[in-house]
Amino acid sequence: MAILDKHKILETNATLLLIFSFLVVTIGGIVQITPLFYLENTIEKVEGMRPYTPLEMAGREIYLREGCYVCHSQMIRPMRDEVERYGHYSLAAESMYDHPFQWGSKRTGPDLARVGGRYSDDWHVRHLRDAQSVVPESVMPKYGFLEQRKIDGRYIGDIMAANAVVGTPYTEEMLENAAADFRAQADPDSDFDGLLERYGDKVNIRNFDGQPDLTEADALIAYLQMLGTLVDFSTFTPDPSR
Amino acid sequence: MSKPSEKLPGDPKTTGHTWDGIEEFDNPMPRWWLWTFYATIFWGLIYTIMYPAWPLVQSATAGVLGWSSRALVQEELVEFEEANAPWNAKLVETPLEDISKDPELQQYAVNAGSAVFRTWCAQCHGSGAQGAAGFPNLLDDAWLWGGSLEDIEYTVAYGIRNEESDDARYSEMPAFGEILEKDEITQVVQYVMSLTNAQTDDAAAQAGKVVFEDNCAVCHGEDGKGDVTQGAPNLTDAIWLYGGSQEALTETVVYSRFGVMPPWENRLTDAQIRAVTAYVHQLGGGQ
Repeated sequence: MAILDKHKILETNATLLLIFSFLVVTIGGIVQITPLFYLENTIEKVEGMRPYTPLEMAGREIYLREGCYVCHSQMIRPMRDEVERYGHYSLAAESMYDHPFQWGSKRTGPDLARVGGRYSDDWHVRHLRDAQSVVPESVMPKYGFLEQRKIDGRYIGDIMAANAVVGTPYTEEMLENAAADFRAQADPDSDFDGLLERYGDKVNIRNFDGQPDLTEADALIAYLQMLGTLVDFSTFTPDPSR
Repeated sequence: MSKPSEKLPGDPKTTGHTWDGIEEFDNPMPRWWLWTFYATIFWGLIYTIMYPAWPLVQSATAGVLGWSSRALVQEELVEFEEANAPWNAKLVETPLEDISKDPELQQYAVNAGSAVFRTWCAQCHGSGAQGAAGFPNLLDDAWLWGGSLEDIEYTVAYGIRNEESDDARYSEMPAFGEILEKDEITQVVQYVMSLTNAQTDDAAAQAGKVVFEDNCAVCHGEDGKGDVTQGAPNLTDAIWLYGGSQEALTETVVYSRFGVMPPWENRLTDAQIRAVTAYVHQLGGGQ
């Protein structure tokens, strides 16, 4: 066992020990992480996924800023109670344009992976303003101030460009029209044909918070109302061997 | 500084390492510990053979047991679906009016409907169906769109004023802030308040009656009793969805209201929709 006798070299040389420890950890990491990038069934291909619209992206940023993920997960696990309560279990592909993903690991509030379309915009406005007014047992803080904070989408193109760098397929056209699309989505009287052409017919175009100004509440509700609505599960058959 | 070895006769062998004259006994690991250690390695190997584990070129090994969390949840869902299938089939086949004539079926429908209600409806209508400002109370006998079993079923399936369903119930009250003069609005609010015997300015209410007949009676009726075919609320029953104070009524008249309910036809099965219909209908206000 000549090699075992040589570990004295490592044990008496701190730098060498550090280098070899690092090598061992690296091998462990490679074995666990690399396959996720090439295995074909890591992310199954599904129809319907599209990048976030500028307004939804802004809503997502507000979701992150306010720390919504601290209490809300966005990951329906494949268990009967969750599927019965929240809808079809989440697919990896549904988070493919999330940088970073919002799966979360803590639920003080309910899971939000499929909250889109489940409640009316008006409900969201009232619920953000004072959650206890509609759900008395709720412990959610009040977010009414979002309705007062006006936004104009001036910087949303930069955020989208940053997402494009890490792989979200935003086209040049999407980035150029970011600010215009941002405003169009919250204004049903605007010319939103370009927005629909770029992001698909299913994009919700409404005055989400019900008041004339374009505010952070509009963006957040636009984001919440599309969560989990992109994949049509009436035509999707999951591969069970995963 | 090296001291002579303090090893006594009968001591175990040393490892041969010496640091500053300190030596290390080469005691064997306890037998139980060693065997537990070997057993965990063995168990780990068996586990990776039985369950999905090793990444290969296309996918990971599926494991001999064929275990999959997706298949498991699917099986479980099917199991409960099948257990309830006869009841659900009966629920879908039976005309809505006849469900309550079969006590067992009614009991099934109400229990199932109560579970559906608590999962999908309670966030807006309240866990006791008592409603909230802007979200109708389902316990009373005031119905915006009708309280018969058919009406409730239709509302649950297609919703109200939503964009998802083409069959959604739809009506839109105009925002009279852009149509009427300010004092006309004040008058009509006074008149509407007088319908429920609230404290009003009689002169203004009299003037408001004319404004009401010209602008509001088309939908709310000459007598203000509303019209369930177009979701126009009864204004004489003192039941207010958005509040019956002067401020709230003025806001309603000036900006109008646009309550939305999502459609449930794609999220719930027919049996679930009929169950929740039966549940809501028997809460007290069903017609």
